[in-house]
Amino acid sequence: MTTPQSPLGGARYDGLVTVVELDPVGTITLRGDLADKAIVKAAHEVSGTAMPGPLQGSGTETAGLLWMAPDEVAVMVPRSEVAERAAALSAAVADRHALVADVSDARAHFTLSGADGDVRAVLAKLAAVDFDAAQTPVGTFRRTQLGQVAAGIWLREPGLAQVFTFRSVARYTFDLLSHAADPAARIALFD
Amino acid sequence: MSHRLPQGGRLIDRTTTLSFSFNDAQLKGHAGDTLASALMANGQMLVGRSFKYHRPRGVVASGAEEPNALVNLGTGNRHEPNQRATTTELFDGLTATSQNHWPSLKYDIGVINTALAQFLPAGFYYKMFIHPRPLWKHVYEPFIRQSAGLGRAPEAETRDPDTYEHLHVTTDVLVIGGGVAGLAAAQAAAASGKRVLVMEQGAHWGGRAPVDGGLIDGKAPEDWVAETVAALAAMPNVTLQLRTMGAGVYDHGYVLGYERLTDHAPDTDGPRHRLWRVRAGKTVTATGAIERPLAFAGNDKPGVMLASALRDMIVNYGVAPGQSVLVVTNNDDAYRSAIAAHDAGLSVPAIVDVRKDGGGALAAEAEARGIPVRTGMAIAKVTGPGVVAAAALCRQDGPGTVLETVPCDAVAMSGGWSPVVHLWSHCGGKLLWNAATAAFYPDPDRPPLGADGAAMVIPAGAASGAGSLPGALADAVKAGAAAAGVEPGSVPAADAVPEAALEQVWMMPAQAPKALRSKAWLDFQNDVKVSDVQLAAQEGYVSVEHTKRYTTLGMATDQGKLSNIPGLAVLAEARGASIPEVGTTTFRPPYTPISMGAIAGDARGALFQPIRRTPMHDWHEEQGAIWEPVGQWRRPYTFPRDKETKAQSVAREITATRTSLGLLDASTLGKILVKGPDAARFVDMLYTGMMSSLKPGRCRYGLMCSENGFLIDDGVVARIDDQTFLCHTTTGGADRIHAHMEEWLQTEWWDWQVHTVNMTEALGQIAVVGPNARACLEKLGGMDVSEEALPFMAYVDGTLAGIPVRAYRISFSGELSYEIAVPAAQARALWDKILDAGAEWDITPYGTEALHVMRAEKGFIMIGDETDGTVIPQDLGLNWAISKKKADYLGKRAQARSHMTDPNRWKLVGLETLNGSVLPDGAYAVAPGKNANGQCNVQGRVTSTYHSPTLNKGIAMGLVLHGPDRMGEVIEFVRDDGETRIPTRIVSPVFLDGEPS
Repeated sequence: MTTPQSPLGGARYDGLVTVVELDPVGTITLRGDLADKAIVKAAHEVSGTAMPGPLQGSGTETAGLLWMAPDEVAVMVPRSEVAERAAALSAAVADRHALVADVSDARAHFTLSGADGDVRAVLAKLAAVDFDAAQTPVGTFRRTQLGQVAAGIWLREPGLAQVFTFRSVARYTFDLLSHAADPAARIALFD
Repeated sequence: MSHRLPQGGRLIDRTTTLSFSFNDAQLKGHAGDTLASALMANGQMLVGRSFKYHRPRGVVASGAEEPNALVNLGTGNRHEPNQRATTTELFDGLTATSQNHWPSLKYDIGVINTALAQFLPAGFYYKMFIHPRPLWKHVYEPFIRQSAGLGRAPEAETRDPDTYEHLHVTTDVLVIGGGVAGLAAAQAAAASGKRVLVMEQGAHWGGRAPVDGGLIDGKAPEDWVAETVAALAAMPNVTLQLRTMGAGVYDHGYVLGYERLTDHAPDTDGPRHRLWRVRAGKTVTATGAIERPLAFAGNDKPGVMLASALRDMIVNYGVAPGQSVLVVTNNDDAYRSAIAAHDAGLSVPAIVDVRKDGGGALAAEAEARGIPVRTGMAIAKVTGPGVVAAAALCRQDGPGTVLETVPCDAVAMSGGWSPVVHLWSHCGGKLLWNAATAAFYPDPDRPPLGADGAAMVIPAGAASGAGSLPGALADAVKAGAAAAGVEPGSVPAADAVPEAALEQVWMMPAQAPKALRSKAWLDFQNDVKVSDVQLAAQEGYVSVEHTKRYTTLGMATDQGKLSNIPGLAVLAEARGASIPEVGTTTFRPPYTPISMGAIAGDARGALFQPIRRTPMHDWHEEQGAIWEPVGQWRRPYTFPRDKETKAQSVAREITATRTSLGLLDASTLGKILVKGPDAARFVDMLYTGMMSSLKPGRCRYGLMCSENGFLIDDGVVARIDDQTFLCHTTTGGADRIHAHMEEWLQTEWWDWQVHTVNMTEALGQIAVVGPNARACLEKLGGMDVSEEALPFMAYVDGTLAGIPVRAYRISFSGELSYEIAVPAAQARALWDKILDAGAEWDITPYGTEALHVMRAEKGFIMIGDETDGTVIPQDLGLNWAISKKKADYLGKRAQARSHMTDPNRWKLVGLETLNGSVLPDGAYAVAPGKNANGQCNVQGRVTSTYHSPTLNKGIAMGLVLHGPDRMGEVIEFVRDDGETRIPTRIVSPVFLDGEPS
C-alpha cells in the first residue's frame, strides 16, 4: 500500500500571507437535485456538516461541503476514508438520479493564511471577484479563475482561504500565489 | 534661456538635491522635480528632435499631453523609449537620452529635411515612393526607417528585471482625476456610504487649482485640497490612489487603471506597475482640460510653451523657460501666466491678445502690474537661432505684415481649453460643440451606457465643459451625487472671475500666407503644419479619419492631445464645413501609453502560461525527456539515452516495445464519466457507433462527430454499469468534449437525466505494452490479468502491488497492451513499481513519437493528423464504426448531404515511396493540368508520415482521390521545393498486420 501524494509534496511559501499546499483532500463529487431532501441528507451524513447555500461552503477540509452548482456539491472527507465514504454516499442516493465520483486526486488544495485583508488582496490580484468583506463574507465559496486556470476559492475563516485548482497545474498555482504574496507588493485595499 | 528661479516651486524641496544625466551631461535637480522641470532648471531647452524634419524641440506642456519632450529613459535592461519628461518624476541617478537625432542632439544631419520641407508635404511618402515597386522594400523603406522613428527600441537581449501585477477591484463609484472637481465629486459620492475609488495620474492631489488660484470655501485651493483629501482618507468607504491613471473605459463598467508604483523610486522592491482591473458601478471622469496651442510660424521653437505649462513650471517647480516671456492668447486664462511670470520676477514685454477688445478682470489685473497688452494683434512669426529670440507681431486679421518685433526668450501661448473627453468617448459617449469656448464637450443625453441602459460614465468639472472654478465645483458635486444615486449636497463656495469671451483662432494671423502657414505647426510630434492639412483638404480628403492617416496628424504616442482640435478646425475651415460637421477622430484606450509589463502582469517566465504536468512529469524530466507540447500539457516525445539522436531513441523505444516491454504515460487522455437513466441514449447520440449495447465490464472504440458530420474526437468507451459510461477522449479533446457534452445536455436535451464529470485529472493512466506486458503485471500481483479474466476490450477493477487500479485491455500499438488507470496521487508510485518489476524485460518508457509510429504501423488514425475539421469518418474508411441500426447520432444527417456522399471525396490510404524514403508531412500529390490560378492540380495529401523501424522504411497515410480503388497505383508527391517528384505507391494503411500475441 502506498500513501497518496499531493502534487507538490506540501509546498509552502511564507510571504505577505502563508501559502501551504494541503495533504491530499478526500473529495467526492455529488451531482443531483440539491433541493431533494434525500440528497441533502446524504450529503450531510457523509460529510458531517450542513448543506451550504449557493456560493457558500461549510465545515473543514476533512468534513466539508462546497456548493459547486445548482446540481453539484463537493464533499470533503479524510483522504484515507474517501473510498468507503463514496460507496456509502452512492448507496444512500442509489434510488435517485445522482452521480457520485471520487475526484480526490483531481485537485491540488492550498490554504492562504494571514491578515484577512492580505488574504483578500492576494486573491484579488488573481481572480475577478469582489473580495470586499461586505460583499464576499467569510463562508463564501466561488468557482472562478485564478490567473489563467480554473479555481475554487473558499473563504473559510477570517484570514484563512482554501483554494483549489486542477492537479496538473498545481505548480503554476503555487507559483502564482507566491508571486502575488510578495511582501513588497502589499496593498492595503482590504485592510 | 531656461533657468531655476530664486524662489518658489511648491512641489520641490530645495534642500534635497538629486543627480541625473541627460545625454552624458551630469545635471542636478531637486526632489519633487519632473525630468522636464529639472532639464529646464539646467538651461536645457533643447530636449529632442522632431519626427520628420528633425527640428529642435523643447518642452511645450507640463503633463500627459506633452508631444516633444520624449526621452529614452534608463539603460540596459531598464531602457525604455518615448518616456514623457513632463510626467517622469526625477530620482537620484536617473539617466535619460534624447531621441530621434543623428549623430547628436545639437548637430543633427536629419535637419536637412527642414530645408527640404517644402518637398516633404503631406502624403509625400505615398506619392514619392510608390514607384518603382521593388525599390520600396530595398531602398526606400530602409532609408525612411533610419531617418524616422522616435525612441530607440530596447536591445533584443535585454530582459525587464521588474515585476508587474494585476488587481481586480469592484467599486460603486470610480472617480478618475484628483483635481478639485474629482475630489468634490468623490466627496459628494462618498457621503452616500457607497464605495468610492479615486484615481489620480500624478503624484499630487488638486490638479491645476493650486496653480490657477482663487478661493474655495474661503481657503486657498491647496489648503482646501489638503483638508478634503484628509477627510476622504478618513472615510472607510473611500480609497485614494495617486500615480494611477484611468487608462481606458470599456463595456459593462470595466475600467483599467495604470498604477506606477516605483517609476519614481526604481530601487524600491515590489511591482513596478500595477494594472487595476476595475468593475465600476459608475465612473466619474474628472479628467480636466488640456490647453490648445496656437498655430503661428515658428511655434515649435524651444521656448514656446503652453501658457498653462509655463505657469506650472513657475509655480510648481520654480523654473522658467526664459527671462522675458511674451504671452499670446485668444482667451483670458493666459493672463494668469503673464501675472505669474511677472510676480516671479520675469519680464513680460507684452501680452498679445487677438481679441480687439482684450480680456476681462484678469486683463485688468495684468495691466495694473504694468504689463503691456496688445489687443487685436498676433504673432507673425517667432524668430531666433535654435531657440526663441524675438516675436514679430502683426494684426490678427491681416496677412502678417510685421508691425513690431519684440525681443523675448520665451513665448507662452494659449488657444483656449479642450475638455479631456477621452475616457467619456472610449465606450461610445458622444460629444457636442460649444462655439463659445471652441471645444467639444460630453453630450449628457448620449452617454456611454451600462448593462442597465443608463449612463455608466458621468463627466465632472472641466471635463464636462464647465469653465470656471465655481462652475466646475457645482458640476462635480452634481456628478458625484448622481454617480452614487443620491441628491447633491452643498457645493464648496468659490468666486467666479468675470472673463471676456474667447475668440476662435485656428491660424495666426487669419490670412497667413503660405510661407507662414508652412511654418505653423499643428502637430509637434509628427511634424504636421497648417499647410499640410490644407493640402490634404485640397486633394480631396474630407473625412477627419482619412486626413489623420494621410497627414499623420494626431498619431503616435500623444495621439493628438494638443493637435486634434486645432487640426480638425483647420480642416473644417479648408473644407468650408463647420467643426462639428468634421468631428473628431476616434478616442481609443489607453489614454496615454501603458507598459507592456503592466498588461502582461504576472504572466511571464514560469507564469507565462500554465503548464499541465502529469503525476509522472518529474520522472520524465529527470530522465531528460524531449518534450512535446500537447495542449497545455507537456508530454515526453522521446527519452534519448546517452548520445542518441531523437530518431534513434524513437526507433529503440519502438523495437523494445514490439519485442519485449514498453511503458507509456497516458495520463493526459480525457476521461469523462457519464451517468444517469438516459446515459445510454446520450452516448448513442454522441458516438457514431452503438454504445448502448455494450455490456458492463466491456469497452468499445467510438467516433464523435460534430452536428456538421465532421470527425471531432475518438476514444474507447467503457461501460461501468447499467447507467454509467466512462468516455475516453484524446488529450486535446478532454475539456472540449466535456463542454460539447454539457452543451448538448444543457441546451438541446435539457430534459434528459444525465450527469457528466470530467475525471481526467483524478486518474493517472499507464500503458504497459508489449509481449511481456502480462508477465510484468503478474509479477506486481494483486489481480488476475489473464486472457480469460481480462480479454481484449474488457476491463477489471483490482489492485496491483497494493494500489487500487482499473486495468483495461486496449491497444493502440497492436501489441498486447494494458492501460492501468490509477488514482493520480498514487500514479507515480505505481509507475515506479512497474519500472522495477519490468527491469528484467528491459522495460522501456516511450514517448509520443513512438506511440504515433506504432499506431501508424497498424493503420490507426489520429485525431488532428488524419482529421482537420473537414474530414468525416467515411473518408477514413471507418464505416465499420458507424452504426446503421441507430435512428440518429450527431452528424448523421449532415453525413447524408450530397457533398459528404460525393464519391470524389479524398479517402484514406497507406502510402509507400518506391525508394523507401519518408514522405514530407503535408505533401500534396500532383494531378495533370493546372487550376484556375495556374497552380498544379492535386489529387491527395499526406496526413501522417514516419520512418517505421519495424519495417525499416518510410510509411505514410494520406487522403487520395478514389484512393481505396487505386491500390498499387503509383502517384507523385511533391517536395516543398515545389519541383522534386516522389513516386509513391498506394497501399493499405495497415502496414503491420497480425493480431496481438
